[in-house]
Amino acid sequence: MDADDNVYDALAAADHDGRWAHGAGFDESVVEVTAPAPDGVDTEDLAAYCLMLADDALVGSQRLSEWATHAPELEEEVALANIALDLLGQARVLLARAGHLGAAERFRVAGRASEATGDGRAHDDEDVLAYFRDDRFFRNVTLAEIDLGDFAQTMAWMLVFSSWRLGLMTRLRGSADPVLAAVATKAVPELAYQREYAAGWVLRLGDGTELSHVRMQAGLDAVWPFVEEIFGAHAVETRLVEAGVAVDPAALRADVDADLEQVLPVATLTRPERPAVGLVGGRGGRDGVHTEALGPVLAVMQSLARAHPEATW
Amino acid sequence: MPMLTLADLGVLRSVSHDDGRVVATITPTYAGCPALDAMRADLAEKLADFGEVEVRVSLTPPWTTDLISDEGRRKLAEAGVAPPEHIGPRTTGPVALTLAPPEKRVECPRCGSADTAVLSRFGPTACTALVRCRVCREPFEHMKDI
Repeated sequence: MDADDNVYDALAAADHDGRWAHGAGFDESVVEVTAPAPDGVDTEDLAAYCLMLADDALVGSQRLSEWATHAPELEEEVALANIALDLLGQARVLLARAGHLGAAERFRVAGRASEATGDGRAHDDEDVLAYFRDDRFFRNVTLAEIDLGDFAQTMAWMLVFSSWRLGLMTRLRGSADPVLAAVATKAVPELAYQREYAAGWVLRLGDGTELSHVRMQAGLDAVWPFVEEIFGAHAVETRLVEAGVAVDPAALRADVDADLEQVLPVATLTRPERPAVGLVGGRGGRDGVHTEALGPVLAVMQSLARAHPEATW
Repeated sequence: MPMLTLADLGVLRSVSHDDGRVVATITPTYAGCPALDAMRADLAEKLADFGEVEVRVSLTPPWTTDLISDEGRRKLAEAGVAPPEHIGPRTTGPVALTLAPPEKRVECPRCGSADTAVLSRFGPTACTALVRCRVCREPFEHMKDI
């Protein structure tokens, strides 16, 4: 086989500065991430907001990837992996943006990574934030980290998550921050596709057999307590909404409600009435207060990079 | 998709050559497209003869399948991949959720029949769906309109 035909050889030959993410040699994932914060926008706030949106996608992606080799059919396995990859792509750019704005320094992960690798590099990139940050520094909503249960619960989760994130990204296309606007513009068609996929399965299982209906309703019930939190605004979000950078999460309730009102009756499912969880003393995932579900997810995601810093493949 | 050039695919945005230095800009198809690094590496290798190479990756303006050239669409069909439809300018408003399957069906790249059914909305790569032709019975890939 000619070396040119082997994608892995081509990658290794082209750049010796290999890194963990996709085993690729990105210093910056895209050129836009180096843009300064827009005038009048607090850099720390912007970095924190990028981390919030990045962590929602990163942790959700990691959860979905747990389906690899476990999905009910090969086609669904491929679909779930593709959706996880879309979310990972959004996370990468947002993490790189947060890193460029100084997030790694703020959470002291840069020092930790330098200690692990012993090379004294700046370490303000996406990999450091993904692999060397501890759970209390993750800013994702707890909905992103919960156990996805069976396939029905995963589809209930995906319908809510993609509907919410699609509404967010739809509005974020007009953000005063050019990087957020660019990420959002790319994310919208991807998320619309994810939402249609999830809605199709919720419909099929909800209005399917007696058993599939019971399990679909149970899946929706299990996800429901974590839904309320996603509509609450963190102080960072509130300040950035005023600056024209962020989206007010309260505005997304109407989007999610509209999608559920369209899908649930046709799927013969009932909108759950269950008390919300996820906030401790008014603080939730956006403040780094997570459920016990996040630790194991991060352990799986981070252990390899921490055991073998700077390993490439 | 080795049958397409980066220009056919609409991924290559610009190449400039100035004083022994080559700067090329590409844009990702999907934000998480794992082939992006391979594209970047291939491009850097091909341009190396012309001087010091820098390959930049830019998100704006975003890629859509409308950027695939007519030549690219022809090559896709020839290779058995149904090319995407033109979708035109994107709406800036909310995106409606549709529960019914689309009325327009993808044409089979082998026999040309429009009697086809989507087997899976997610094919072997992020950008393709898996479709089957009911006339010639062959499955084929369809590059999603996005």
